[in-house]
Amino acid sequence: MDVAIIGIGLHRFGRSPDMTGMQQGASAVRAALTDAGLSWQDMQFAYGGSQDAGNADALVNELGLTGLQFTNIWNGCATGGSSLHAAYSAIKSGEYDVGVVVGFDKHPRGAFNPQPKEWGLDDWYGETGLMLTTQFFALKTQRYMHDHGITEDALIRVSEKAFNNGSLTPTAWRQQAFSYEEIANSAMVSHPLRKYMFCSPAEGGAALIICNADKAHQYSTNPLFLKAAAVRTRHYGSFEVFAPSQAMTVADAPTVTASNAAFEVAGIGPEDIDVIQLQDTDSGTEIMHMAENGFCDHGEQEKLLREGATGINGRMPINTDGGCLANGEPVGASGLRQVYEVCVQLRGEGGARQVPNQPKVGYTHVYGAPGISGVNIITK
Amino acid sequence: MSQHVPMHEGLFTWPSRKPQLLGSRCNQCSEASFPAQPDCRNCGSRDTDIVELGDRGTLWTWTIQTFMPKQPYHSDETAETFRPYGVGYVEMPGGVRVEARLQANSPEDLQIGMPMQLDIIPFRTEENGEQKMTFSFSPVMET
Ligand SMILES: [Zn+2]
Repeated sequence: MDVAIIGIGLHRFGRSPDMTGMQQGASAVRAALTDAGLSWQDMQFAYGGSQDAGNADALVNELGLTGLQFTNIWNGCATGGSSLHAAYSAIKSGEYDVGVVVGFDKHPRGAFNPQPKEWGLDDWYGETGLMLTTQFFALKTQRYMHDHGITEDALIRVSEKAFNNGSLTPTAWRQQAFSYEEIANSAMVSHPLRKYMFCSPAEGGAALIICNADKAHQYSTNPLFLKAAAVRTRHYGSFEVFAPSQAMTVADAPTVTASNAAFEVAGIGPEDIDVIQLQDTDSGTEIMHMAENGFCDHGEQEKLLREGATGINGRMPINTDGGCLANGEPVGASGLRQVYEVCVQLRGEGGARQVPNQPKVGYTHVYGAPGISGVNIITK
Repeated sequence: MSQHVPMHEGLFTWPSRKPQLLGSRCNQCSEASFPAQPDCRNCGSRDTDIVELGDRGTLWTWTIQTFMPKQPYHSDETAETFRPYGVGYVEMPGGVRVEARLQANSPEDLQIGMPMQLDIIPFRTEENGEQKMTFSFSPVMET
């Protein structure tokens, strides 16, 4: 049984000072329902998640107490990917025909401050200043650059592209493009990553209406199809966040295994993808994720970035809406924002940021602590 | 002399004239872990022993923490007195890469592959005068 996406909704990322995170989630669901031409009463099930803005199933207080099955999902930054995977499985199983996936969040300003106990670690790890995601991405990027001959030029170009794409995206939080020099001269935060190479915690909501593909045309004249959804956790030896120690032998990241699994289910390969969303909580991770998802070889990224291959008009457009760098990261919503953007592109509704030549196949990838990846493949 | 107490029991030998990092090793697959844990994260065996991982290693990767982290960070510092610190993974002869604070905090002083040595350093002073000690690494000074 195939799975279709028949409605997409976004509550703009950034700051909505007059709204709770939950209200931003409800706003996204209403937008997705309107897009699908359906009502909340039509929804048979829901999966949703949020880190800091409350239990997703409390949304029924805003949307209506209809008695539907509503399951909360929490999987770190991969929450959106995991929620969509759960909904995909619910449709695949034949149990349900139509439902909603929603993610939302509203984080305090400043960097995240995860608590050791929630990740199975003792207090000393946090107290002595080792438990920061920014540090981990810097440590991983530093080693990756050393192993694969990547220079700071590549890090700068990822940010330059992200903020340029953000400036073309009306729903993006950061609407201002930065020059190469502005990025290169921004403050060093966690060597080798500078201020304009990191995304920030933010607010926002995203929602999708998905249904049994056999019935998609009853609801929609332009359904898209979720050909594959895969979520994987880390193997022994993969270099992951919140790890007081790592094995000496390096294993494939969970991104590699999730990506391989998704391509296998979809029966296509990286060369068949027209538009790509990769987790880019900083510019180093976008570079590593390009190779981990199979879109290039390790070390090839710098050349591709210089050629503009990952720009909107390039041969592998990545993060066409500016990604996490330009949209910020409301953790619960972020993975679904990626799917939203791919759907916009496949429908040809990208406006100033539209990928040319009518893209037909899209790809999304989300990564979360302590080593979870979710990959989706979406087609026309 | 004020009391020097480890941040957490079992991270390193203490008190000791030549402290060693402590970890665990699996008797089934020989993989090591830091900190010590009763089960093996490679093979799932519960047949593990606490072992010394050594006091010297090689820097595998590094960064510098330039801003003062929010809670749960808990040092004596204030926003005014905060001093950036290095963070790295150090490859230990015991067969595991250990994440640690680094004494060096400038890019010029850190290089992947450089030899590092273990230092047990005072991290913060408690109200009762106890000094909490933590582990850290610094570049080996060749003489
Ligand atoms: Zn073992």
